[in-house]
Amino acid sequence: MRLRDFPEEELFLQGSAACQGCPGSAALRVAFKALGKNTILAVIASCTSVLQSPYPASALGLPTLNMAFATGGAVASGMTAAADRLVKNGRFSEKPTILVWAGDGGTYDIGIQALSGAAERNADFIYVCYNNEAYSNTGTQRSGATPYAAWTTNTTRGKGEWRKDVAQIMVAHGIPYVATASLAYPTDMFRKFAKAREIRGTRYIEIQAPCPPGWKFPSSHTIKVARLAVQTGMWMLYEHEGGRTTYTAGTQRIIQGQAKLAPVEEYLRAQGRFRHLFEPERDEKRIAEIQNRIANIFETLQFTHKMKEHIMDIEMAPPR
Amino acid sequence: MEEKMRLVETGNHVAAWGARLARAEVVSAYPITPQTQVIEEISRFIDEGEMDCSYIPVESEHSAMAAMIGAVAMGVRSFSATSSHGLAYMHELLHWASNIRLPMVMVNVNRALGPGWNIWCDHQDSLAARDTGWIQLYCSTHQEILDTIIQAYRVSEDPKVILPVMVCYDAFIMSHTYMQVEIRDQEAVDRFLPPFRSLWKLDLDYPFTHGSVIYPDDYEEVRFSIHQAMENARRVIVEAAEEFREVVGGYHGGLVETYRMEDAECALVAMGAVASECRVTVDFLRERGHRCGLVRVRCYRPFPVDELRGLLERLQAVMVVDRGFSFGMEGALYSEVKAAVYGHGDRPVYDLVTGLGGRDVPYDVIAENMEAALRGELPAESRWPTVRLNEHHELVKRSLEEYWKREGVR
Ligand code: SF4
Repeated sequence: MRLRDFPEEELFLQGSAACQGCPGSAALRVAFKALGKNTILAVIASCTSVLQSPYPASALGLPTLNMAFATGGAVASGMTAAADRLVKNGRFSEKPTILVWAGDGGTYDIGIQALSGAAERNADFIYVCYNNEAYSNTGTQRSGATPYAAWTTNTTRGKGEWRKDVAQIMVAHGIPYVATASLAYPTDMFRKFAKAREIRGTRYIEIQAPCPPGWKFPSSHTIKVARLAVQTGMWMLYEHEGGRTTYTAGTQRIIQGQAKLAPVEEYLRAQGRFRHLFEPERDEKRIAEIQNRIANIFETLQFTHKMKEHIMDIEMAPPR
Repeated sequence: MEEKMRLVETGNHVAAWGARLARAEVVSAYPITPQTQVIEEISRFIDEGEMDCSYIPVESEHSAMAAMIGAVAMGVRSFSATSSHGLAYMHELLHWASNIRLPMVMVNVNRALGPGWNIWCDHQDSLAARDTGWIQLYCSTHQEILDTIIQAYRVSEDPKVILPVMVCYDAFIMSHTYMQVEIRDQEAVDRFLPPFRSLWKLDLDYPFTHGSVIYPDDYEEVRFSIHQAMENARRVIVEAAEEFREVVGGYHGGLVETYRMEDAECALVAMGAVASECRVTVDFLRERGHRCGLVRVRCYRPFPVDELRGLLERLQAVMVVDRGFSFGMEGALYSEVKAAVYGHGDRPVYDLVTGLGGRDVPYDVIAENMEAALRGELPAESRWPTVRLNEHHELVKRSLEEYWKREGVR
């Protein structure tokens, strides 16, 4: 799949109230293209609740239910159970895809109970977390997804804790599909949505969503920042199914040695929310902490990759 | 004559029968004492193929209501049941259901709130949910639980109403006791209750965004429409009760049920099972020469203002028996009754707050107070006639006094 093969039909319509360069709206556009018209949407309190435009107008070209903050997994459980009934009674000819669209606040923090419950029941829907790593809707406060050392309005000297990893928590639930995605790799994202559409059960896709006002970078830099996140290892792209994780796109290239892991400083410097790591003086300690953490992860992954190749070589070598 | 199916069942199992006869297709619920038997019975119905329904065993009451909202928004008749802390936990979403105008029925088994943990009956849980835009109906017999659930769907889905309905009955006094009930004939129920319909649903052919941001320019209209729907519900509830009597059989009153009110000079007003105790009080008082009657409020929202005015206007005294309280004010039902009759006649209205946390409500205490009221010896503020101090309370009182002494409070 190449960009020019994307369906032309737009289900994310004009007239949204998103900020310039909003990652949420860009992600919606790709997701809608991949999922198509037979999709019903539940939007969980987040920037998307606002950016879809006020009543009665809407920039969402799919039937949409806006729901309260903590409800993502639960409202979708009800929708998918009802959709099964409608198929069973012949009122629907085909089951629509039920799509939950939530931010990181509604996923990592207040919404994790409902999401976890639904995943444990393996309820049949796609759950998307577009992760802007803060409560952007309320003006950028720390969330469970905010990375270490990042500024928010209530972590003014940088967050003191590391972010938790909900995608891995979802892997631990044993659901049929978990994937991470990036705006800088739209074809990878499209493929993951198209694949998720064909799977039954709970599917979780998390998209890193660099937010210009919240992260303090020019609104034309959204994709650039997203790409740097992958190139520096601050955001990793993978999919997990059948007990196996496969790294994809930019992350895969680094692990396989086709691209070099870029220094994390490039990513940190591209945004205002890490400025205090460089001004008034350089915070060597915290920069090194971040860099070491990433380096450790990638060293392990690269080692495992090499080992695998090595084992494959032995297996595939002709008998002597 | 056709065979009538009669069972001796708990109030909770009867509630499950209500959902089954109403042909609810999605049930989402979380267990909580004393509601648990409702969902156990429903899952048994489903497992044994007696009820064609999907049961979502959610992980919390907040999720139970969210799932129900999702299911109804898709256009499917749904049911849930809760109690006390469960109802409190889903409070946010009670607003959500009524504000986006979804018809649904949920049972609330009235139970006190903690701490301390108390699983027994009072009405504080549902009274605290008064202003969520839900219609609230209170039952006083098992048969009424069954019939009210079926009628509640009819009211909820009526095009003039389209609001969620909460059917309430008392913990243990009704939830776990056995009474004989007639399980209504499914065909008759089907004739009475048309297939599910709703104002709107999530429609692939007509994509629409529900519940998005709404500016001050439109918001008041949304709230006003809920008020109008509540006003319409007054008539629809009465009509549904009448039609149920004709088509299915059985009648429990409209917005209120009365007992010996025809020639009454004084009256008791109560809700739920305690109204049965009040009937005994009425008979007792009549034996002692007081022409007393009872008005049982079946419907707390919308509140039966006209009915109460008509019934209470010319009496000498009205006594409200309250099983819930509005702290810093007075009994919750008392305020409503006074407000309803304000400016219509000048009979005094008294209030007994009693039966909280499952405490026994003795008929003679009510009778005693009514006699005092008739003699003009009862103060106008809410009285707590069954509150008493035992040794444990004396202990608490003493430590409180010591604390006050330390803090210099006189
Ligand atoms: S604050 Fe960020 S996520 Fe929210 S609308 Fe603006 S750009 Fe999008």
